[in-house]
Amino acid sequence: MTPRFTALHAVHESAGAHFTDFGGWQMPLRYGSELAEHRAVREAAGLFDLSHMGEVRVSGPGAGAFLDFALVGKLSAIALGKAKYSMICAEDGGILDDLIVYRLAEDDYLVVPNAGNTPTVVDALRERAVGFEVTVRDASAETSLLAIQGPRAAAILEQLLVGVDRARVASLKYYSATAAVVAGRQALVARTGYTGEDGFELFVANLDAAPLWSALETAGQESGLIPCGLAARDSLRLEAGMPLYGHELSRDLTPYEAGLGGVVALAKPGDFVGREALQRARDAGMGTTSGRRLVGLRGLGRRSARAGYPVLHDGEPVGEVTSGQPSPTLGHPIALAYVPVGLAEPGTRLDVDLRGRPEPFEVVALPFYQRQK
Amino acid sequence: MSTIRSGYRYSEDHEWLDTSASPARVGISAVAAEELGDVVHLELPEVGAEVTAGEPCGEVESTKSVADIYAPVSGTVVEINDAVLDDPAVVNEDPYGAGWLFSVEVSTEGSLLTAEEYAEKNGGELT
Repeated sequence: MTPRFTALHAVHESAGAHFTDFGGWQMPLRYGSELAEHRAVREAAGLFDLSHMGEVRVSGPGAGAFLDFALVGKLSAIALGKAKYSMICAEDGGILDDLIVYRLAEDDYLVVPNAGNTPTVVDALRERAVGFEVTVRDASAETSLLAIQGPRAAAILEQLLVGVDRARVASLKYYSATAAVVAGRQALVARTGYTGEDGFELFVANLDAAPLWSALETAGQESGLIPCGLAARDSLRLEAGMPLYGHELSRDLTPYEAGLGGVVALAKPGDFVGREALQRARDAGMGTTSGRRLVGLRGLGRRSARAGYPVLHDGEPVGEVTSGQPSPTLGHPIALAYVPVGLAEPGTRLDVDLRGRPEPFEVVALPFYQRQK
Repeated sequence: MSTIRSGYRYSEDHEWLDTSASPARVGISAVAAEELGDVVHLELPEVGAEVTAGEPCGEVESTKSVADIYAPVSGTVVEINDAVLDDPAVVNEDPYGAGWLFSVEVSTEGSLLTAEEYAEKNGGELT
């Protein structure tokens, strides 16, 4: 597959980025030190290119009812200008993707799937749209997404806003979005993110991506803002206990095992794709009294568990690590892993097989890190 | 571009060997340090341990990954660089100097590349 490049590729290249393949895209992994980038987001601000994410416009008089049928949540209940974390499941309850849905207007929604899953999500939405008064338009190729995250993000962004837009963005609540002109460019500004910090995600036309990136960099220079790559994005989201598709979430899991049963609105009226299977999984106590569950692990030694490593109980393999690394903020190894529900209680001692040597870990409550509000 | 220290010799697995020091010193190249990203933890052989050329004798962990450290020579470990155990970031900052890992009394050398050969293979810049 030929790698895809975002509209900011030249900007990243001139900034000396190290690139990595992610979902078929050539994305910046880091610019300099990924630890410095991680810390900048926790202590000041970081700037991310997330243009690999998908953007799917779902509009028409049937949009709300359609999304209620196609996804597991009750999206018709999202208030105007608000966003909701949801999932799209297969008929058998398996997770096709996790995504964020913004309600931009009465009959107009923006669905943001993960980079590599965008084609799957678009295909599934189109198939499921039959019989609904709705259009599904994949706007991913023409849309760029920039994120500014960290305690100083709001103050930096404010410098690029004028008039009512400035007031509107300043009062924007978490998981809300508004149209605004940022540094002279039309943007959809959302107070969302994947780092555990306050911050914004800005959807813009591709042509506006580089000018906006440069405006944000300039505005943030004195506040300590630096460009951040996917390495920092991954360590930040892991500390915040947020799942990553392909690691914590997959086609072989329902939302219940992931501890995200709350996204499934079994109480909503009407049928939706996966309802029967998800109802059965819930009735069976999947993720609570039966099956496996996603847990947080804290390393008691210095060595880190990594994705794919076996979790041991009394020397026997009982589960698998899905993500793991040393936590830059906490200073000890952290990991997410699937274990049998009987071993999911915080305080449970488990071992992880670190390349042939068992190392002690302890189940801890998620998230690992939570910012002071 | 990563630098490659002239005069040192290198294993295929990116360890360097400095035989101008006595006993010989071992570390990892800037190419490897750059590829790994920020080094956060090291597992090194113990003083007195016998290492075998081409065999793993430790680990270097970065935030993103972990890699084996292969012994570039066979011999007995004489000294461990405690400074890098305390502050593994030194490996990124000064991989050929303060970031050395251990020293070894060499009995047999493994198959090693000259700095020029290593640079040729890995596209680094000789310094």
